Amino acid sequence: MSDENIFSQRFEIRGGDFSNAGKTSTSIKEILQEIGIDPSIIIRASIASYEAEMNVVMYAQRGALTLNITPERLLLRLEDEGPGIENVEMAMKEGFSTATEKMREMGFGAGMGLPNIKRNADDFKILSEPGKGTSLDIVIYLNSTG
Amino acid sequence: MSQYFHSIRVDPEKCNGRMKCLRMCPTQAIRIRDGKAVIIEEKCIDCGECITVCPHNAIIPLTDPFGEASRFRHTVVMPSPALYAQFGREILPEKILSGIKKLGFDDAYDLAFTCGEVSFAVQEYLREYKGPKPLISNVCPTIVRLIQVKYPALIDQVIPIQTPRELAAREIKKEKSKSLGLREEDIGIFYLTPCPVKMISIKQPAEKGKSHIDGAIAISDFYGPLLSAMEDIEKTSYREALKSICILGIGWAMVGGICRTLRLKNALAVSGLGEVLKVFDDMERGKLKNIDFIEAYSCHQGCVGGSLTVENLYISYNKILKLIETLEFEQIKACPDIREVRKLYKEDYFSFEGKLEPRPLKPLDRDLTKAIKKRKEKEQIYESLPKIDCGVCGAPTCITFAEDVVKGDAEIGDCIFNLPQKFAELSGELSELLNKSVVVHSHKPRIDNPHNKKDE
Repeated sequence: MSDENIFSQRFEIRGGDFSNAGKTSTSIKEILQEIGIDPSIIIRASIASYEAEMNVVMYAQRGALTLNITPERLLLRLEDEGPGIENVEMAMKEGFSTATEKMREMGFGAGMGLPNIKRNADDFKILSEPGKGTSLDIVIYLNSTG
Repeated sequence: MSQYFHSIRVDPEKCNGRMKCLRMCPTQAIRIRDGKAVIIEEKCIDCGECITVCPHNAIIPLTDPFGEASRFRHTVVMPSPALYAQFGREILPEKILSGIKKLGFDDAYDLAFTCGEVSFAVQEYLREYKGPKPLISNVCPTIVRLIQVKYPALIDQVIPIQTPRELAAREIKKEKSKSLGLREEDIGIFYLTPCPVKMISIKQPAEKGKSHIDGAIAISDFYGPLLSAMEDIEKTSYREALKSICILGIGWAMVGGICRTLRLKNALAVSGLGEVLKVFDDMERGKLKNIDFIEAYSCHQGCVGGSLTVENLYISYNKILKLIETLEFEQIKACPDIREVRKLYKEDYFSFEGKLEPRPLKPLDRDLTKAIKKRKEKEQIYESLPKIDCGVCGAPTCITFAEDVVKGDAEIGDCIFNLPQKFAELSGELSELLNKSVVVHSHKPRIDNPHNKKDE
């Protein structure tokens, strides 16, 4: 089977825009439903894209999440302009968080974001440059069962 | 026969295409075709919003007529606990049940006790459950259908325990057939329903082949006769009348009732379809993992807010609340024995008699590549539309119209904003035709066409 992109859509996300937080992952879910992706894949993509989106809203100035689809897999690529992550290894640990008190009051920043993305992905790559930004590649195979 | 049974029909005689239902429908299941509302069966979840909003009563809930019961040898009526909140405060459940019997039914069964049993069973399920949270109550059939259609990924979080009405009907049939020496088919069980969706959950249960209930009668149809039947019933003492009411079960009539009576701390009670959609969206994003249980109702304030009830929903909500408070004050519990319930629970007494399957909406195409192509077309069509959701084309929004066009259910020319262009094209063709045929005809037909004045 070819691994050529048959769909690509980019969603811009603004840092600090809590009132629109969640819209990107909802749009992604709706697209996947409309084109007939299996519900079990959709829920994993929804959770991963929501966590990725929230990371931009909470920490970065701006970012973009791109949904790419090939006949074999979904690729969610997140690129943001933000503080980056000092210690990626630490950030991948459950419960580790640099969220402020205010974010925690709002119910965010439990330190589950990145580990949760990884758990829902078949392949997961993270690249971060402190002071510049972070990029994530989240791959979910369409014929996998998770 | 169509695949899905629905409890809602449009009366074309009464419908004059006012579009109120079109805009109100939460799943965009209504279109206006030739000036009349049409329901798309695949998308309808029977919530009843259209019934409530229609100014001409043109949308009719399909419930059973009163006389339907005559085909059975023994009849039992089970009212939804929401019925208890439809009358004045002095009319207590005991009197209501006597009133039902006076109307010619052989027996009236108080569901509150079974609701109490199911409350305990839900508690057991919550205690033993280890999977993803939160769990969702299945008491509202609209919510169950909403999950099947719009949130198929959440389906395993719906509690697979029978609803009190199904359970009670099953047990009544067993018991009565034994005590009366009748066949189970001869016993007719009727549910007094606050909403149309319970009717479908009887005709076409979400999780199994057949319901134990034989019919549903609308509370609004029953109200008048019941009120007169209760007129000359002697009043018993207040405490006496209350003593058999199960406090756990009475709360099932209103939103938050289950959470309150089970004293669930880590639970949400949500009512109103719009609110439920927001909560389920959050749930799908994994935001509510720390919540154990969600009690969700399509109607505001829970079953007391059903479209087939009579009393104002806030007043009836308050009546149920007061009744619970009175029972608490009088220390009346009348609850089932929890040890007995636990024993039955282990014997699978409460389990679903089937499995809940998702019913996701058809994708734009079965083939992924084609579906993606159609989605692009849909986006292009949408871009060409005015995006004001006027509804004149018969679809509720421009985006649903674009989808209808891609699916072949509507034509782009149905959008009135495309009309001048379509008109110009048509008149162009027409004038070309006329120019050709002018030789043949002896006189020119007169055409009123602002775009084509030269022909006049």
